[in-house]
Amino acid sequence: MEVLSLLANGMWLALQPLNLMLILIGVSIGLFIGAMPGLGSVNGVAILLPITFLVPPSGAIIFLAAIYYGAMYGGAISSVTLGIPGASTAVATTFDGRPLARQGRASLALVTAALASFVGGTVANVFFTAFAPLLADVALSFGPPEIFALMLLAFATFVGLGGDDIPKTIFSICFGLVLGAIGFDQISGAPRLVLFDIMGFLQGIGFLVLAIGVYGIGEMLWTIEQSRGEVESTTPKMTARGMAKDTAEATRRGWKGTTIGSVLGFFVGILPAAGATPASLMSYGVAKMVSRVPGEFGKGNPDGVAAPEAANNSASTGSMLPMLTLGIPGSPTTAILLGGMVIWGLVPGPLLFVQEPDFVWGLIGSFYISNLAAVLINLAFIPVFIWMLRMPFTILAPMIFVLSIAGGYAATRDMFDIWLIVIFGLGAFVLRRFDYPLAPAVLAIVLGPIAEPTLRQSLLLSSGDPSIFFTRPVAGPITVVALILLALPAVKLLRRGRGKVATEKS
Amino acid sequence: MRNGEIVTAGVLALFSIYLMWKSTELPVGYIPDRGPGGGAWPFWLSAIMLICCGITAFNWWRRTTPPSQSDEPFLDGYGWRMVGLVGGGVIVFVALIQIISMYGAIAVFLLYYLRGLGRHSWKLSLTTAITTPLAFFFFFEGAMRITMPTGLPFTDPVFDVLYEIIY
Repeated sequence: MEVLSLLANGMWLALQPLNLMLILIGVSIGLFIGAMPGLGSVNGVAILLPITFLVPPSGAIIFLAAIYYGAMYGGAISSVTLGIPGASTAVATTFDGRPLARQGRASLALVTAALASFVGGTVANVFFTAFAPLLADVALSFGPPEIFALMLLAFATFVGLGGDDIPKTIFSICFGLVLGAIGFDQISGAPRLVLFDIMGFLQGIGFLVLAIGVYGIGEMLWTIEQSRGEVESTTPKMTARGMAKDTAEATRRGWKGTTIGSVLGFFVGILPAAGATPASLMSYGVAKMVSRVPGEFGKGNPDGVAAPEAANNSASTGSMLPMLTLGIPGSPTTAILLGGMVIWGLVPGPLLFVQEPDFVWGLIGSFYISNLAAVLINLAFIPVFIWMLRMPFTILAPMIFVLSIAGGYAATRDMFDIWLIVIFGLGAFVLRRFDYPLAPAVLAIVLGPIAEPTLRQSLLLSSGDPSIFFTRPVAGPITVVALILLALPAVKLLRRGRGKVATEKS
Repeated sequence: MRNGEIVTAGVLALFSIYLMWKSTELPVGYIPDRGPGGGAWPFWLSAIMLICCGITAFNWWRRTTPPSQSDEPFLDGYGWRMVGLVGGGVIVFVALIQIISMYGAIAVFLLYYLRGLGRHSWKLSLTTAITTPLAFFFFFEGAMRITMPTGLPFTDPVFDVLYEIIY
């Protein structure tokens, strides 16, 4: 009952005029960002974080979380009408969304996506409200070994579950951690890693500098270089009566995918560093697996739209759970939100529930309001978003560059950091060409300054004995799971090798 | 792409070695009663980075990764031109900030991009190039009270007028 009263209070806070306005603006921006191919929630949050210093921290995070929500809804719009996913989280939506649009049923695909997203978001919000206070209570007893073990798990998830090149993923993680170590040694206070003796490095490298460089400059260059072909657009006919009919059909033919996506999405989302993209792909796979007509998947089955859309919304809420309760982000976007909280002077983690209940519950309350706002704005303004999708990229791209540079300066007030943003942007473009994943580096630069002291404190506690990570009741199992995840790619590689040998012998 | 893959791995390996060497400016071993030295964390992470570069080079030799199998160039003519024009434009934009101010640089960059690269009309390009920096000025300086670089002294008369409006 206490939770319900805290939630009611949080919703009341989220409905305050300033916060409500931020939700509506955030959701609309998110829908636009999510719909624009090449831009995702992570770009929007990274580029717009510097301008949130205008409002109090509670309003700022509500605004950014609303962008996150809106982007999850928006991704489906371009997946269906253009056949290009607006963001990686909506890749699976194209599998069945685009065929439906080609059959002249784009309206059904968009309505199914919106409803599934709403249900996914709502289910995840209920799970979040139930689990967050419990997890925060448990996490209050965590010491340095437990926190370091959780960090290890976050990085291991990237390695074990990510589909990217493993050595390059590990390189990216370590690179982000080293960047986070530049400046001063937190314990002795001695200058550390002042690269090429350039004094600008003494102040360290802020996570925002890397995030804006990677997502503001690097990704824009990548999108400009990649998007050269003409895109075939399908404009849906959306009428009130047609949408009511589509709603009934979406409910009838998409409930199974929605249920799978809502539940699976949340639990994949809470895995540190997993996020909404694997959640949506996995949900699509499971929905197809359990379907009576798996052959219809890929040809325009509403379940194939509902499952990934419910999952990406559910996972985006799920990924906030480890961020708020443990101080460990569940996705690259939440890594940036976590970094923002540090800038606003808050300490993410279980103590937040005790010290800043209005902040935490205001945010949780805003999830419900944002979810409702997103479905209403999405359905009411689909034609407007489709019209906006026609905006030439040659107008949008320079605006994003300008916002990245000006926003980056507003946050750091240092031209040295602006040059670093440009260097990181160009470097990110080159590394991406060679399949180096960059999200792990952004996550690592946020977590590095938390991971290093916890490792050093743990080793000090055990007089240098690393078995402390295995012998403690909570840290032990987490470390073992992390090691299993780290070993997973090697096992897969060995199996593949044996399979190859067996095939050659036969 | 194949050549680029090994060159990139080589450059990153050299950078990792530099980071390892730089980390040794602080102790990298375990100091009794004080825990791991200040250089230990970046030293061992850089060592892992170096190992990863080695594995990438090994995979390149075995041709097991997509870039190591690809005969395509790193960028084709269109790619080089686009990245050169856009990336170069961003570099010039940042270089101009300390000469003609943040807002002046935004105006020049937008005009260059919209008219030069986007081939939009003069009307749209000029309107956007003038109104965007003005909107940014009133947002950052007026609402957020963040002072952006104003460039060399010759821009002062313009800023005197603008500051007169907001203060």
